[in-house]
Amino acid sequence: MPVRVQCEDFDVAGELERLRAGDARIGAIASFVGLVRDVNEASEVRTMTLEHYPGMTEKALAKIVEEARSRWDIVDALVIHRVGELKPGDQIVLAAVAGTHRGEAFVACEFIMDYLKTRAPFWKKEQTPEGERWVEARISDEEKASRW
Amino acid sequence: MVQLVYLARLREVFGTAGENVDLPRDVATVASLLAWLARRGGAWAAELAPGRAVRVAVNHDVARAETPVRAGDEVALFPPVTGG
Repeated sequence: MPVRVQCEDFDVAGELERLRAGDARIGAIASFVGLVRDVNEASEVRTMTLEHYPGMTEKALAKIVEEARSRWDIVDALVIHRVGELKPGDQIVLAAVAGTHRGEAFVACEFIMDYLKTRAPFWKKEQTPEGERWVEARISDEEKASRW
Repeated sequence: MVQLVYLARLREVFGTAGENVDLPRDVATVASLLAWLARRGGAWAAELAPGRAVRVAVNHDVARAETPVRAGDEVALFPPVTGG
């Protein structure tokens, strides 16, 4: 299963190990880990709650991975995204791409993250000393995704 | 009957996670559905006014203004996504 949505944390080393297991064609793995920051828009973030749209989320992520596979010659890819309540320093997302060489793995990994940030149905809500607030989408994320 | 789903901030401002509605015959696309809901006034008019950033999925696929909406569909309304 190349995409997972889960509350639990994930072990990056173990996930990368499984991604490459038994396939000696793989000469490179590029990975990205997104983390919860303790400050956003000049406010202290105490906790962050991640909501998603069950039913659509896995489908949207799988489509993004499929799109990456169709554009680049990669061997395999993995996306894990957490939901529920997270704290600063917690891991949010892992995107990893295995390929024969680094070039396509790097590019496909960045593509997956740019598309995930603009197309996968997740929403962040931050709990700060001033109260709760939904994180606003960034125009720069749209611009990054539109490059591809 | 169409099943409407409201997510994230829209669920909060509409005060409900969703509802089942019977659409009038002239409401057959995403654009006409949003206009029809906006005629309820209040938060609906404010959030669904033209130019507001509302995203829509029909049966779990991202939809556009002209995407058809039919009886039996699940139509989700949500703000621009902020995952990752």
